[in-house]
Amino acid sequence: MRNIVAIPLLALAVILQSTIVSQFSLLAGYADLILVILAAWALQKGVTTAIQWAFLASIMVSVLSHMSWMVPLVGYMGVVLLAALLQNRVWQAPLLAMFTVTFLGTLFMHLLSFLYLSFLGDPLPFATSLGLITLPSLLLNLLLSIPMYGLMRDLAGWVFPVREEA
Amino acid sequence: MKDLFSRSLQTTIIFLIVGGILALAFGGFFNPFSSRFTGGLVSVQYWFAVRYQAIQQFLSAPRDIISLRTRNAELESQISQLQTQVIDLQQRVSQTEILAALVDFSRANPESSYKAASVIGRDPSPFLHYIIINRGSNDGILRGMPVVTNQGLVGRIDAVIADAARVQLVTDPASTVNVHLKNANTDAVLLGSVTGDISLDMISQDATVQGGDLILTSGLGGGYPPDLIVGQVINVRKLDYQLFQQATVQSAVDFTRLDIVLVITNFRAVDITPLIPTPAP
Repeated sequence: MRNIVAIPLLALAVILQSTIVSQFSLLAGYADLILVILAAWALQKGVTTAIQWAFLASIMVSVLSHMSWMVPLVGYMGVVLLAALLQNRVWQAPLLAMFTVTFLGTLFMHLLSFLYLSFLGDPLPFATSLGLITLPSLLLNLLLSIPMYGLMRDLAGWVFPVREEA
Repeated sequence: MKDLFSRSLQTTIIFLIVGGILALAFGGFFNPFSSRFTGGLVSVQYWFAVRYQAIQQFLSAPRDIISLRTRNAELESQISQLQTQVIDLQQRVSQTEILAALVDFSRANPESSYKAASVIGRDPSPFLHYIIINRGSNDGILRGMPVVTNQGLVGRIDAVIADAARVQLVTDPASTVNVHLKNANTDAVLLGSVTGDISLDMISQDATVQGGDLILTSGLGGGYPPDLIVGQVINVRKLDYQLFQQATVQSAVDFTRLDIVLVITNFRAVDITPLIPTPAP
């Protein structure tokens, strides 16, 4: 039942992304708060609802963004699947897993956006997009991933409390 | 009698000596000596005055350190409250200035009717240049309406819901605006880019375009009303082997500081897509 916290949390994240995070740009890129939250959530022990969170987040982002709903849906699903894949393999180094998921997830999300907009015919030079948007966004996402991982770990502890055995 | 004479003589001599000294002093003959003397006196007097004032302040100051600290804390609290008020008032002044400029703009362009809106967000994707405003279909906003500030053209409404709308900025990579270069008296197309820079393309090779030329919307295509200010030409790239000239543009609007915008509500964009001939297969 506590999983319902996803709705206000993701709604708040989307609002923060649109109003505040997008204002703090580095060159032409800015951080993706929702992607980082989803990656951090999916890496927590006991979390089984990451896919549902990703679906909900992609719907919320699609309401605000001009980007097709397919891009955030596929991108965020890819991020949580990658996190689930890494969760069992690098569990002894959670921050390393967080960095890996953020790094690969950001590249995947930006590649999807780039391919979609190029398919629509928007003039997007690859080198410019990579240098001025993707790499700065990647750096900001990695910086954001450290505090977000801590916050989501606390949240996971609240949503899935550890039961002490009698 | 002799004593009286000698005393008078002494007095006279003394007066003469003193008078002579005064005459020499007034004549400026003692200046080097007197300036050293008076300078020394002033220094000594200053030294004593400073020490006296310090001792006087020490003796007359209130001894209660606790009450002093309390008073200091109160004053610091007052300062922080006043600083908060100053920041609040500065924000109000800034917003009032923006609104006043927009009112001036709407008065200067009475042929259009405007609806003011606040910018409440931006597109979550860094590849796109869109803003979200707090006016929607409930306020009569429709898709395609142009959005401006007192500085110039911002973009046009891309999507509308009841209480909000999404605006495609002219800096968006998918944005194209038909413009007119006033000084060169020629038409061109304004293009956005992924970095937020805007540029001109499709400028005729015959046109003489120079830096500083004013760029206005031409109204061609029916997407925007004519004569809205867009920006100025920065520099022109003219290559003989190309069909058209290109130019980089300095936008009239600062897109990083968009707070309040005006939607032109009496303009209906014309969709001419069905009229564009498609090449036969």
